[in-house]
Amino acid sequence: MTGDAQPPSVVIVGAGQGGYETAASLREHGYRGRVTLISAEDALPYERPPLSKACLKGDGAAPGDEQLWLRPPTYYARQSIDLVGGTVTAVDPAARTVRLRDGTAYDYGHLVLATGARPRPLDVPGAALRGVHTLRTARDAAALRASLAAAQYAVVVGAGFLGLECAAAARESGRAVTVVEALDRPLARAVSARTAEHFTRLHRGEGTRLLFGQQVVALRGDWHGKVTAVELADGRRLPADLVVIGVGVTPRTELAAAAGLPVGDGVTVDARLLTGDPHISAIGDCAAFPQVRSGKRLRLESVQNAVGHARLVAKRLTGASRAHYQELPWFWSDQFATTVQIAGHDDGHDTEMVLGDDPDAFSVLLFRGEGLRAVESVNRPGDHMAARRLLDGGGRLKPGEAAAPGFTLKGHLARLRDGPAPARRGVS
Amino acid sequence: MPEITYVGVDGTRRRIDVPAGTSVMRGAVFNDIDGIVAQCAGNAQCATCHVYVDDTTVDRLEPARPDEDDLLDFTACPRRPTSRLSCRLTVTAALDGLIVHVPERQK
Repeated sequence: MTGDAQPPSVVIVGAGQGGYETAASLREHGYRGRVTLISAEDALPYERPPLSKACLKGDGAAPGDEQLWLRPPTYYARQSIDLVGGTVTAVDPAARTVRLRDGTAYDYGHLVLATGARPRPLDVPGAALRGVHTLRTARDAAALRASLAAAQYAVVVGAGFLGLECAAAARESGRAVTVVEALDRPLARAVSARTAEHFTRLHRGEGTRLLFGQQVVALRGDWHGKVTAVELADGRRLPADLVVIGVGVTPRTELAAAAGLPVGDGVTVDARLLTGDPHISAIGDCAAFPQVRSGKRLRLESVQNAVGHARLVAKRLTGASRAHYQELPWFWSDQFATTVQIAGHDDGHDTEMVLGDDPDAFSVLLFRGEGLRAVESVNRPGDHMAARRLLDGGGRLKPGEAAAPGFTLKGHLARLRDGPAPARRGVS
Repeated sequence: MPEITYVGVDGTRRRIDVPAGTSVMRGAVFNDIDGIVAQCAGNAQCATCHVYVDDTTVDRLEPARPDEDDLLDFTACPRRPTSRLSCRLTVTAALDGLIVHVPERQK
């Protein structure tokens, strides 16, 4: 921004956590240009983590409740953020405009694609029956909550975080719950075997039936088009009046692809989160960004990642920073009374070490060679916070040190702090 | 409606009616109280909604549960005996008149 010239207009497509944070962060950094936040949902920007947890239970905040709003309606007016409802159908990079389905067009100086992801559908007969749900938006959560209130037998397809969170909420609401997973354990792509085993035991202990190594081949319904059963490859039929599909998501890349931008598993961006066009950034769940250390491209689905991306882009657009994106990833999930928190990104480990003797409260340290790569904490929030600081400072911890009697992450961190200061990796 | 007083770093006091059932954190965010970041939006994941409860009103609160207690060791400003995470302070009639001081920084 130079002189008195009006700074260029920023248009943000998608008002999830990343889109909202881009707008808020631009204003926080003093951006004076026009900011337009376009939402395909008829709702104020809201928190998503509760949608698969408290919101599904009758006693939790209902989806769409103002309790879930990130900010009150007055905030957007006060900050001069134009919140626009509508679906963007085209981006014209040459003219620098986006066009909505209703024909309205917006000019941009910079465009931020925060389009997120959509649930991957289950490709079997019967997937469109009534009572079959996916979960992404507040509207999805409201429909699922209503179905759950009337259901007896819930079947969850997919034992990832979303599936397990829904299964826990359904079980806590008193339903008979079965989880069907194609792989041989839950959270197979997300956590270590030790942590996965804990979640297996937790859900079984709460009375949920977990079926691993099982393929769903069809969903069956009644004359009214309502789901009644889930059919497995081995011929078994599980009675079901509610089915939740939690088999992953697909990044929303259509707009970027149609605009001629490079797209792979997500919109391809560089370390500053720019697409192939210097006037277009992509952030959050829809963006595939290079990891600083390995250069390998990564797409993360988490609030932390969306917010971190948003802040980096806002700083770049206001001239506050030209840094590469290198925030430490972290993530959490709540199921029953258990919280699992993950710090770092495990892209292959060769050593696992467990801290803590309590089977219901422990941390798993994942090492690759002599370096700490990630820490999974089950009901050990202090370990998680210490792990975040430690990994953010370069993860200086060797397996041999962690094996010493009486070792704690907090103690190790304090020793490092009292020694020579570790180099900070964070951007903020 | 229970009234919560937020004291800024510069000593400015703002008295806000905060609905019962919500949190001291949400009362701050929804009323533009500076200095309460609440990066994780109130899920006890980040320790960026730290407040110092005023000595005169601290006895209105139940003690911190273990998860909050653990996180309080990771606040950006030093932890004190009256430190709390405002996202863990559910507003009830019993909290009416609570005074909280915003620390200098959260990150």
